[in-house]
Amino acid sequence: MFKLSRSALAVAGVALFAAHAAHAQVVKIDGSSTVYPITEAVAEEFQKAKKNAIKVTVGISGTGGGFKKFCRDETDLSNASRPITAKEMEDCKAAGVEYIEMPVAYDALTVVINPKNSFLKQATVDELKTLWEPAAQGKVMKWNQVNPAWPDAPVKLFGAGADSGTFEYFTEAIVGKAKSSRGDYTASEDDNVLVQGVSRDVNAIGYFGYAYYAENMARLKGLPIVNPKTGKAVEPSGANVENGSYVPLSRPIFVYVKVKSLQKPEVKEFVEFYMKSADKLVREVKYVPLPQSAYDFNLKHVKDMKKGTVFGGKNEVGITIEELMKREAKL
Amino acid sequence: MQPLTTEQIRAVIARGKAKDAIFQAVGILCLAIGLLVIFLLVGDMVIRGAARLNLDFFTQFASRRAAQAGILSAWVGSLLVMLVTACAAVPLGVAAGLYLEEYAKRNLVTEIIEINITNLAAVPSIVYGLLALGIFVYAFGFGQSILTAGLTLALLILPIVIVATREAIRAIPGMIREGSMAVGATRWQTCRYHIIPYAMPGILTGVIIGLARAIGETAPIITIGALTFIAFLPPLPFTETTEGSAGLFEWLMSPFTVMPIQIFNWTSRPDPAFEVNAAAAGFVLMAMVLTMNGLAIWLRYRMRKNIKW
Repeated sequence: MFKLSRSALAVAGVALFAAHAAHAQVVKIDGSSTVYPITEAVAEEFQKAKKNAIKVTVGISGTGGGFKKFCRDETDLSNASRPITAKEMEDCKAAGVEYIEMPVAYDALTVVINPKNSFLKQATVDELKTLWEPAAQGKVMKWNQVNPAWPDAPVKLFGAGADSGTFEYFTEAIVGKAKSSRGDYTASEDDNVLVQGVSRDVNAIGYFGYAYYAENMARLKGLPIVNPKTGKAVEPSGANVENGSYVPLSRPIFVYVKVKSLQKPEVKEFVEFYMKSADKLVREVKYVPLPQSAYDFNLKHVKDMKKGTVFGGKNEVGITIEELMKREAKL
Repeated sequence: MQPLTTEQIRAVIARGKAKDAIFQAVGILCLAIGLLVIFLLVGDMVIRGAARLNLDFFTQFASRRAAQAGILSAWVGSLLVMLVTACAAVPLGVAAGLYLEEYAKRNLVTEIIEINITNLAAVPSIVYGLLALGIFVYAFGFGQSILTAGLTLALLILPIVIVATREAIRAIPGMIREGSMAVGATRWQTCRYHIIPYAMPGILTGVIIGLARAIGETAPIITIGALTFIAFLPPLPFTETTEGSAGLFEWLMSPFTVMPIQIFNWTSRPDPAFEVNAAAAGFVLMAMVLTMNGLAIWLRYRMRKNIKW
């Protein structure tokens, strides 16, 4: 008994000192679960390349949770599935945290249906809006209420939970207002639940990130979405996201790096490694990479210390990477 | 009142026996349901995770490739967190239980304390996580470390340890105390040489059952911000690392991950191949809990044999 108490006291005592010990050579990353697979792959390869001399930790606390830690000066990099908001910009400014914004890949939201569904060949943004807008709640319950050509069968809806960036982007792109959606659908933060739901019901329709569709193509059918500009139905695919025709459901995703952390050689090396290996690793985790010129552009931003965001605190729908590169970043 | 005939008496006995048989059958059924669920769960995990249950799985770090991903950082993290939890919860819990049983006067204050300890055992674990986030992570500046996680889980199992200690002490006959004091021992000497050794089997059982609960906890660990991708181990004491030489307690401040978080992370991956890893890791965690419970039973058996009243 005595031995135990003594060691516990020692633990508590030494811990107080250790708490203030420096943690050199660790690159700390946190944030969005959507960006996580990419950053994880980069971290894994980076540690291998450095023979484990540099440690990298990647957490998942959501885009918002990640920015909270980032603006509290706790992390070096922050994964984000949307641009930094005006509120988060203020928080960072108040804490004296400056950052550089780097788009790292495209995430394409995919509307999926059951493979046995024979009547749905394509859908327009307006049709999806009729189905998903708040006014549809309790009223639009059958397929023929959306389009008379569709059968008189019940609609089963599956979608992202209200806390996710996916939900925010889908509602903004389809309904026209972020977080504005009907509430009577099966919502889950776990996309695998949605995959299973849609794959088991002929009358189901759902949406989630492209990677989940890409891994489950045998069980799901991706619904082509009519491009509002060209009027042509575009299938969800890597090629269509890259050539910019899959709109409005594709969006860039980001990594933010703290300017102060870039003074640490290990963080700088990590960012350089990230941009150089992004194309290969992004493909490997089933996301759609940006053109290499965009990654080079990020590196140039880091070199020239172009601080800030090009979004000014607002999210935008259907923006292309070329447009982003033309803009001037501001804090 | 008319005396009962032999037939009537036989009928009463037969009715009683029939009820006996029914209750026995219901009892066996209830037991079977519980056992069946456990066997199905474990069996399902073994079948689904069998492909990954090999030595490599235990010696490799997490990876984006399902077939190469292992649980090294997770099981090491779980064991170290449990070590901190035990070191913090055992002295605190045993001392508190001992005080309440042997020293404290029975009055309103101790009544209130007792009720609150029982209530603490029912507080949802995520509440402990929120408390730890405020106190250990920010106020004390321990960060998202093994120390924080260990102390958080220690708080979580403290009520279990206290209650187990008190039950164990209460089971010791009063004559032991009286005998000890009759030969001139002080209250502390009585506790030190009689109460604690005799209560030890019960205390240990309680501690290990508490730890078995703590090892499966996910919510409070996620709340304090345990990281999910971590491909390095905490520094060993007195070894050279890239940051210079590690002291005896460097590992306490190291970032970490634990088994339940690794499982949670794998089940939410897009690639279905990770489900195999999750099943295999689930089985390993289950095996860890079963081992701990088995250890508790064995220790209780061993120590009880040595007690001679």
